[in-house]
Amino acid sequence: MASEAVVAGAREEVLHRIRVALGFSTDDAAVVGAEYAAVAREYKRAGTLGRGPLLEKLEERLRDYDASVIRVKAGGVAAAIATILGERGKRRLVVPQGLAEALGEPLPAGFEFVVDEGMTTSEIDTFEGVLTASTVAIAETGTIVLQNVPGQGRRAPTLVPDYHLCVVRAADVVETVPEAMDRIARTATLATTFVSGPSATADIEMTRIKGVHGPRFLDVILVE
Amino acid sequence: MSGAGLDPRTAPKFQVAARRLVGDAQMRKNVRHATNVIQTKRAKVVAEMPDWEDLRESGRQIRRHTLRHLDYYLLQFEKNCTAAGGVVHWARDAEEARQIVIKLVKQSGPQGESPTEIIKIKSMTTEEIQLNQALEEAGVHAYETDLAELIIQLGHDQPSHIVVPALHKNRAQIREIFQREMHLPGSDFSNLGGTPQDLADAARRFLREKFLRVKTAVSGANFLIADTGGVCIVESEGNGRMCLTLPETLISVAGIDKVVPKFSDLEVMLQLLPRSATGERMNPYNSIWTGVDKTAAGDGPRTFHVVLVDNARTKILADEEARQTLQCIRCGACLNACPVYLQTGGHAYGSVYAGPIGAILTPQLMEMHHAQSLPYASSLCGACYEVCPVKIDIPEVLIHLRNKVVKQQSSGLNILANPEVMALKAVARVFRSEAVFRIAQKLGRLAELPLSHKDSNGVGWIDWLPGMLGGWTQVRDLRVMPKQTFRQWFEAREKAGKKGAADGK
Repeated sequence: MASEAVVAGAREEVLHRIRVALGFSTDDAAVVGAEYAAVAREYKRAGTLGRGPLLEKLEERLRDYDASVIRVKAGGVAAAIATILGERGKRRLVVPQGLAEALGEPLPAGFEFVVDEGMTTSEIDTFEGVLTASTVAIAETGTIVLQNVPGQGRRAPTLVPDYHLCVVRAADVVETVPEAMDRIARTATLATTFVSGPSATADIEMTRIKGVHGPRFLDVILVE
Repeated sequence: MSGAGLDPRTAPKFQVAARRLVGDAQMRKNVRHATNVIQTKRAKVVAEMPDWEDLRESGRQIRRHTLRHLDYYLLQFEKNCTAAGGVVHWARDAEEARQIVIKLVKQSGPQGESPTEIIKIKSMTTEEIQLNQALEEAGVHAYETDLAELIIQLGHDQPSHIVVPALHKNRAQIREIFQREMHLPGSDFSNLGGTPQDLADAARRFLREKFLRVKTAVSGANFLIADTGGVCIVESEGNGRMCLTLPETLISVAGIDKVVPKFSDLEVMLQLLPRSATGERMNPYNSIWTGVDKTAAGDGPRTFHVVLVDNARTKILADEEARQTLQCIRCGACLNACPVYLQTGGHAYGSVYAGPIGAILTPQLMEMHHAQSLPYASSLCGACYEVCPVKIDIPEVLIHLRNKVVKQQSSGLNILANPEVMALKAVARVFRSEAVFRIAQKLGRLAELPLSHKDSNGVGWIDWLPGMLGGWTQVRDLRVMPKQTFRQWFEAREKAGKKGAADGK
């Protein structure tokens, strides 16, 4: 097809233009890699906070961006879920596959937890909220990282409902962004979402408004 | 963006547009408020980071290194993205990019039929190539889903800021636009409240129906990740996640400058960008995805295209002194810091890229054929460089571009069309020879005689000059040339001194 040929030509021409502009080109990974390795990286990689202050910082930063945080001891997750959902008045939630295993506890009774096995968007839209585990949390920025693994699941269920209840294990909390990136390096190609508080906008007169299209309410259970 | 876009080819000169816009008191008030708020927030979250300067330096070096091996990293991205199920397209210019996107959109409907609507994430690159207008002409309506872009689109307006495109509008103006333009069966927007929360709720209602129904989305990209073939988009509202996750087809349009070498480089970029752009430690949502998920349940679109756009970026790459322009990660911090932008707002720049970065990016994207007044839209105060997260020395590039503009305007026959250049060439000749300079000074004193008048103290003033020189006397008076020049005084003093010495005094 003629148009495909034109497009193929564009690729070659853009690459040619780049090489002419640079005056050189190499496809030698060792050469490029050596130059890449010389990039200065003096910024802070590893955190310095002890366990206690680290969790406090995460909590403070999450609250700062309008998320609620509840701290529980291991074994108290199911009870905490029941309490929070009761307070929020939420009864019917969508959950990812493998959630109970990820939490290490069965889900509490008295609620309807429906497992997402490839629901349509309209089906997801009928739920009052979503409950998930998490991969890693960053204290410095108040960020929770979700990936498409058992217990966290696909991206749509954590987006469409108006309420997200998320369980974070203390062992998964790091202080800095580089530490978090290290933790997800091996699973880098999985669909990944960084969540820092409920969805927000400041597009109108720079007034921060909680909740536009994503969940307007985010509660976090922090398990020690 | 709707209507005729901000087009540098037809936009008036910056100085002309600015003169009109500084008269818009409401716009200036809105811009002042918005830039003040972001600057204060930015300063606070930057001050939290003791390693901010180290991050900036790493950011600069990563971007510079990537540009030095741009072909290598683009090919790596293409290979990895393709292996993950994405389809990579290349476009030499805006027209080619538009044609590719239109073709992909038209193929994206069920049974290969063309959809009549798509949803869109705010993207400067798609604004740059004026995609929405082209889609409209091809029978496809693009819904902008970012709140600010929605305000711009419904208001038939133009973006005035890279990050907060509607900051020139206040809540009352936005309410009026929403009441007039939002139509949704079963929803009534006529008695809409006036708080930002009310307006955001209206946008949520208006757009949710689109998110659940429309099956094709177009986005930009913040970062293309070479070593994984992934794409990263940062956003706040969740509209991005809706567009990236729910449709069947996703088409991401990205400049070839958007690539970073490794996934781990995001550890630098994701610290620099949110703090610089919106003054947040992290923006509410960052999405990173790689190709398509081929499992039965499927996470996200089934079809994913990336369109890599050159559109004169390789021309910028070729200019070593200006190459750093391409390091830009579109945070908008330089706009908020710029005293010129603060006064004129974004529309004066006649381009979707406003402010200091627009002043260097736009003329270069136009291959120096248009927007030649933009390199002069700056006082060279350096505030933009101070806040740039990847340390682009914007004043340095501005001066370099001014040089290019002057060279272009004073070459060949162009000089005849430009009296200023002719005048400066004449001045250069005068300055080159002492004798000619002395004669010119004498002639000047004669020439000014009919224009000068004396004030009550006997000091001579000129308050009107003819032609082009009139610009000077429009707002200030000019002292007449002194009877004696410094040289004459100095020479007379020397002579007097020698005479005095000879007299034995």
